[in-house]
Amino acid sequence: MDITFDQLRYTYASGVEALRGVSLAVPTGQRLAIVGQNGAGKTTLVRHLNGIFRPTSGTVRIGDWTTTDKQIAELSARVGYVFQNPDEQLFARTVRADVAFGPKNLGFDEQRASELVDAALARTALTREADAHPHHLSLSERKRVAIAAVLAMDTPIVVLDEPTTGQDERGVRMVASITNELAAEGRTVIAITHDMDFAAENFERVIVMAQGEVHADGEPGEVFSHTDALAKAAVEPPQLMRLARELGWRAHPLTVESFVAQLAKKPQ
Amino acid sequence: MIRLRGVSYAYPDTANYVLADLDLSVGQGEVVGVVGASGAGKTTLAKIIAGFIPSIEGGVLSGDIDVNGVAISSLTLSEAVAQVGLVIQNPFNQISGAKFTVLEEIAFGLENTGVPREEIAERVQAVAKQLRVDHLLDRSPYALSGGQMQLVAIASMVVMRTPVLVMDEPTSQLDPGGSRMVFDIISQLTDLGTTVLIFEHKIELLREHADRVAVLADGRITAEGAPRAILSDPRLEKWAIGTTRYTRAGLAARDTGLAPVTGELPVSMPDAVEFFGPSGKH
Repeated sequence: MDITFDQLRYTYASGVEALRGVSLAVPTGQRLAIVGQNGAGKTTLVRHLNGIFRPTSGTVRIGDWTTTDKQIAELSARVGYVFQNPDEQLFARTVRADVAFGPKNLGFDEQRASELVDAALARTALTREADAHPHHLSLSERKRVAIAAVLAMDTPIVVLDEPTTGQDERGVRMVASITNELAAEGRTVIAITHDMDFAAENFERVIVMAQGEVHADGEPGEVFSHTDALAKAAVEPPQLMRLARELGWRAHPLTVESFVAQLAKKPQ
Repeated sequence: MIRLRGVSYAYPDTANYVLADLDLSVGQGEVVGVVGASGAGKTTLAKIIAGFIPSIEGGVLSGDIDVNGVAISSLTLSEAVAQVGLVIQNPFNQISGAKFTVLEEIAFGLENTGVPREEIAERVQAVAKQLRVDHLLDRSPYALSGGQMQLVAIASMVVMRTPVLVMDEPTSQLDPGGSRMVFDIISQLTDLGTTVLIFEHKIELLREHADRVAVLADGRITAEGAPRAILSDPRLEKWAIGTTRYTRAGLAARDTGLAPVTGELPVSMPDAVEFFGPSGKH
């Protein structure tokens, strides 16, 4: 399901212009990472997808829908949004009830809902915590509950707002494999992240935002080599690209494998 | 100064010990970083040092917990709060809920300590400026972004000037610039003699700013020492803590014969430039 942002502007009641004309097309099944400083407009942008924000001007289209014609509840059938802070999202007394809320609300029959909930819990390694109260879990576990709650809604578009913060290495790898599995199923994954290594290794497209505008857009290797645009947006390239630059290499290795392959080519 | 000896703890109504016979010391003016997987007991340990466990959350706690030479168990909660500032993991929960503006929020703790009104105002302004939240002082704490809220939560503890600060993932909501600013402020505080224990996932920052690093796994400290030595240990992958790409590249280069097998692996960019660069070991 394609997404189009067309000349999207959003101004807060305080007068702050959070988005200043963003135009962007995100085709079905793409893995898109949005990077930029705190306050760049990233969260404001993605919250237009599920109708939490409505454009001050411009349009947002999801498939054949224009978001302004739809209620939040309708949009939630197409866009699953995982909040940055799980405590804004979770409310039920058990993990299972929280994860089951979405599919029940979308009107899925009992059996399908229960299958989706089981699959979402298994994918986020929470099966054993199904009966626990979310508030007895750690913050990183609650974040996984929030992800499970969105996976269980089986939406064609999944938006992850800072999915790796507070996660240990196992959690980061889990989010990475969920991202890749969703894309393999033909679902679109949009993630906001400050973790450039996570973005470089798991997303096919990266956009850099600063002051409510898109400053760079393309494949990670290309975007992260635009040092001027990155500096303006106060974004640092992934670790190994920074290292390659520091070593005076012309190559832009995104992964450990490509870095080592490049190293092997150098005269020792 | 923090000194923990033989600390064990189980939450109420559970038989499992979250912490088991844990030893850890932080000297005055020192920054010690603790890394550990989710569920390793980092947040529990932070609350124990601050005296919130067992006084608020209950459970079975044993062992010696001394802060500045005094057993934390011998202090009332308000005496403990004057000794140890705790920046909790989720800034949304640090906000008191009792105040209407960021200014009042940062001043909240000081208002209960008998500090004169004018001094409170000065200290709040200075800390807000230091953490670059001075433009937010009139806003509601609930109108802030996650990153702004985290800086306000840190400000509300730094303003107290406690001799010990315990910070539980204080940069989780911050971008790289904001994270570095927080670590710079920690350095300024330790220069003034503040003792800092910080739980943090950002390994590159700990490599640059911590005096020592300890690994928390299975409820105890399983490794402790100089930041580069500890943070480049490949066992960090097994412990689900992870290593930087510099370390992984160094290890992969070693495995393929492109780097010497002895010496410390790189953790940060300067380490890696030295490790891989023309003036490096190969």
